[in-house]
This record gives sequence, structure tokens and C-alpha cells, in this order.
Amino acid sequence: MPRWGMVIDLDKCTACQACTIACQAENNVPFAGPDETALDRSKHWHDVMADVKGEGEYPDLHARFIPRPCMHCEEPPCVAVCPVGATYLDDEGIVRVDYQRCIGCRYCITACPYAIRYFNWYAPEYPAGYDIYMNPNVPLRPVGVVEKCTFCIHRLEQAKREAAAQGRELTDADVVLLPACNQACPASARYFGDLDDPESTVSRLASSPRAFKLMEDIGTEPKVYYLAEDKN
Amino acid sequence: MSMTDEQGFGKHEILVKPLEGIGRGFVLTVVVLAGIVAFGAFAYAWQLVHGLGVTGLNRPVTWGFYIINCIYFIAISYGGTMTSAILRLVNAKWRLPITRAAEVVTVCALGVGAFNIVLDMGRPDRVLNMIIHGRIQSPIMWDFYSIMLYLTCSFLYLYLPLIPDIALLRDRYPRRKRLYRFLALGYTGAPKQKHLLEKIIGALAVAMIPIAVAVHTVLAWLFSMTTQPMWHSTIMGPYFVMGAIFSGIGALIVALAILRKVFNFEEYFQHKQFNNLGLLLLVMTITWLYFTVAEYMTTLYGNEPSHMAVFNSKVSGEFAPYFWSQVVFCFVIPFIILASSRLRTIAGTVVAGISVNVGMWLERLMIIVPTLTNPRMPIGVGSYKPTWVEIAIMVASAAGIILLYVLFTKLFPIVSIWELEEDEEIEEKRRIKIVAEVVAEGKAAAGPA
Repeated sequence: MPRWGMVIDLDKCTACQACTIACQAENNVPFAGPDETALDRSKHWHDVMADVKGEGEYPDLHARFIPRPCMHCEEPPCVAVCPVGATYLDDEGIVRVDYQRCIGCRYCITACPYAIRYFNWYAPEYPAGYDIYMNPNVPLRPVGVVEKCTFCIHRLEQAKREAAAQGRELTDADVVLLPACNQACPASARYFGDLDDPESTVSRLASSPRAFKLMEDIGTEPKVYYLAEDKN
Repeated sequence: MSMTDEQGFGKHEILVKPLEGIGRGFVLTVVVLAGIVAFGAFAYAWQLVHGLGVTGLNRPVTWGFYIINCIYFIAISYGGTMTSAILRLVNAKWRLPITRAAEVVTVCALGVGAFNIVLDMGRPDRVLNMIIHGRIQSPIMWDFYSIMLYLTCSFLYLYLPLIPDIALLRDRYPRRKRLYRFLALGYTGAPKQKHLLEKIIGALAVAMIPIAVAVHTVLAWLFSMTTQPMWHSTIMGPYFVMGAIFSGIGALIVALAILRKVFNFEEYFQHKQFNNLGLLLLVMTITWLYFTVAEYMTTLYGNEPSHMAVFNSKVSGEFAPYFWSQVVFCFVIPFIILASSRLRTIAGTVVAGISVNVGMWLERLMIIVPTLTNPRMPIGVGSYKPTWVEIAIMVASAAGIILLYVLFTKLFPIVSIWELEEDEEIEEKRRIKIVAEVVAEGKAAAGPA
């Protein structure tokens, strides 16, 4: 059984936000519009966080841009607090949400230290004519439920089916650029794969001395690794 | 207890007076309160149609007025449970006239407070998932089950001691015979029935205390079980329990003062009751300061950046006006009033009670919102402004509690008549016994001479 994870190389990343846009389009993430955005209700399953507090003092400030999908923690606080099992860790290590079961209590949002889960304050709305661009492989989420990054599980399922049709196992090359954010990355800064396979790209990169995880000290064991940038 | 052999309530006639007739004041009160509740219902309907977007909630402030009010109203319910159950257990005589009034506060506030959780849900239509798919590892499930248990027990704890009074009304009161006959459950006051009833009430009084403590502890754990800054603290459970008793006693004092004024219950709710409740409130005021200092000092000296961001936003940042008013309302005002026996009058304790309730509501606000606006992840500082929907529902919740209370006083005596009568009988017997002893002693002394 694979354990899916991601590695993002901050040295390669140009903070161009192509990943954010690709995710928005791939996952039918609704547009909040200017009014809702002003109320802090914009929705981006993937975002690029500007950590401007950074290190050092101006003008030698070392600011940092961190692309953030869901961390798909091994010890997910959101799963622990869900009263109805609507959010859960699946067999392959992906934290998922059952939109049909979620009661909208938003406890998972308050429990997530990474602030990467989103609530549907209103029924999702799309601009007129947008329907032809909608991705038929990703379900729309109703009003009043929580949603977030799925590691593009629909693409993963499809890749598995294709491999099975060809009578072979899923390989590292099949999945390394599989999620929409990875595929769109112009700098090749992102990798996806099985962390339990010692030969996989993500496993090799995750054991690099540059590798770190967000908030490693709070015990959530995220499966998204970052490779620290070269500061020179 | 003599029940059927006399008609009327003798010297306690005034206690059933509020049940009679429907005066202008009553109608006006009910209409105004029902109007406010109806507007709150409209606001909720608005939210149901459009979604939770009509509130001021956002990311990262996903919890706001509904959760604050839920905790605040459930806290108020403590006034009833704790005063009534604890004072019953220690057999404090001065509690007799006020226990019923306190227990009604419990049931009304608890029912409305618990309903506020449903108001906060994005999908109230799926509330049954809590039972069908409930997972006991979630603190929300602990809340759900403990509140249900607390609600059931506090309802029984109100109803059971009410049964003998309902039987009195059935036998001695001319109106609503059918209702009282039904609710009295065939109670006649036979020794066997009475013994059984008192046994159950005694057991319930014992059970109520741990249940109530559990409810507010797990409400606090809703927050402290997460790793969010200034929520993840071991003091939260006791802090919530203590705060609940604090605001509960304050609310009870206010309720008693209103009942006293409206129904002329000066003889029942005397200075003694207010003075004693005031002293209890004073103890809680000092305890509140102790807990608050304990909580904030450890955060300050720990000096962890994510905790300090929340700390600073409260103490000197954007929430400073609320934080420091909370200190004034929870400590300065009540302490000055209650520490002085000259100021600890009925009016004084009422002012302190109101002050404590304003302060404790602010404390719930200060616990929930600043942590959410300052997430550990540096995604920026959030903000929260409640909308008309949340404010309307908050006012309607308060009005709903008062409305339920008013309706209760129209149907049932708000002071326990049978317990007062029983106490008088015991007093009478004791007096007769003393007189008899004195007479016997006198005879013995006179004998040999």
C-alpha cells in the first residue's frame, strides 16, 4: 500500500502561483468574488504563503514563499476532532472529506494548525459560461460543508485504472507530476509519489539534508516536505 | 404534610398569585418577548436559505457569536444546578425559597444554549449524523452526550421537586385542573411516595454536580484539545467550570430580584438570600482573578511567539478594550460592591450580578476570537464582525430564555410551597419538643421540693 506524499523544492520555486491557478481550475474551486474576498472568504485549495516575517532584519531580511497544499498529516488533528467521521485518513495516507456526511461544524478548520481547510459559506457560484471549463471528474461541494486539497485523488484513481488496463503496476514516473499543481509547475519544483517506496523520487528527496516540514514540532507528521533554499 | 384537609395556601397564598389571571403586564411582556424570538427565527430562516455566509464568520475566524453564546448560556444554567444541588446537599436552610427559581434558570438557559450549537452548523439537516455516524473520539461528541444528559437530568431535577406542588395545585387551586392532574402523576403525598421522591431528589442532587462539571469541562476541551495558541492549556476545563458558576450565580441574583419586584416576594427573597449569594459571588470573583492571572502569567513567561501573538492582541492589541473591560466587569466592579457589607444590598448584588454577566460574556469572546484571528500559520491576521443575523439570534436567544421563564411562572409556583410547609412543620415540631422538654425539666425540678 503506497503512502502518498509531496516534495516542494523552495530553491526552484519562483512563487509564480501557477500551482494555485491549476488547482483552482482542476478542482472546480469556486470563485469568491471581490466582496467575499474582502471578508476573508476566498477559497484556494492550494495557496502560496508569503512568510515575510522570515529571518533577519531589513534590509537583509530573508523572506520566504511557501506553496501550500493540504499537508495530509499522518496524525491529522482535523480527523481526530471530526464528530461524524466525515474527514478521514484513507488507506493510502490521503486525508479526505465526505461531502455528503459533513455537518458543517467547522471544528476541523479550527483544529488544523496549517489553516488549509475551507468552508462553503454560500452555495458555490461560477461565472457565466464557465461550465464548459468545469472538470467533470471532481464533484461539486454543496453549501455548508468543508473542503480541501485531495492530492488530486481523481487523477490518481485514473492513473491506477490506466496502469491496470495495461496490466502493469503504477510506477514512480506515472505519478511524480500527477497532481495538477505539479503538472503546472514551470520550474519543476514539485514532486509527488510514494513515501514508503525507498526508490521513489519523493523518498530520495525527503531524506535530503535540505528537507524540512512545516511545524514539525507539533506532532502532526505532515507528508508534504520542503527543500530549503540556498541562501546565497 | 396536610394536603387535602385545607383549601387555599394559607400564608403562602401570595406564591400562587402569579398563576392567576392574565394581566396587562404579562400580556405585554409575552408579546414583546415573543416578537423578539420571532425576529430571531426570521434571521435563522434567512441563514438557512442563504447559508452561513450571512454571518460575519470567515477564515480563519470560523467560530463566533453562536459558539460564544452557546457557552455563555450553558454557563448561566450553572447558577441553578450548583446553588440548588450544592445547597441541598449541605442542607442550607436559606436555599429553600430560591431553589426552584434557580432550577428554572438552568432548564431554560440550557435548552436555548444547547440549541445555539445547531444554529452554528453548516448543515443542520444532517444533525442526525451525530447519532448515526458519531465518533466518540471527537470532543464535539463529548459535548453532545454530556449536554443531553445534563439537559435530561436538570429537567428531572426541576420536575421531580415540582410534583408535590403540582399535586397541591390540583387539590387546592381552582383552575387548570386537567393539566395539574396529568402532571402530578397521581401524587397524593402518601409517606411511601414522599419517601421515594425525596430519595430520588437526593440522588439526583448528588448526580447533578459531576454532570454539570463534566459539561463545562468538555465544552472547554472543545478548544483545549486543539493545539491552537492559548487554547491548548490545561487550565481551560476548570476555568470554564469556575466561570460558569460565576456567571450562573450572577444571573440567578438578577432573576430573583426581578421576581421579588414583580411578584412582591419580599418575604421569601430576603436580604439574607441576596447577601449569601453575594458572598458566594465574591468568592467566585476572587477565584476568577486567580484563574485569570494563572492563565496569563504562564503564557507571558513561556513567551512562545504564537501564544504571545494572541496574548498581545488581547492585552495591548486590537482586543485590549474588550479584555480590560472584562477585567473591570468580572473583578473590579463586583469586588468593590461585594467586599463591602454596606454595599452588599439587594440593589448592590444585582449590579454585581449584571456586571459579572457582561464580563463573562466578554471573556467567552476573548477566549474564542483572538486565538482564531491569530493562527499559528503566518497567513495574516484575521478579523471578525458579527452581522445583524448573529446579533438578532443572540438577542432572541436571551429573549427566549426569559420568555420560557415568564411562561413557567404563569403555570407553576416559582417558590417551592411544599418544601416551605414541610420546613415549617419540622420547625413547629421542634418547638413543641423544646417546650415539652422545658416543661418536663420544670416538673422534674419542682418534683423533689
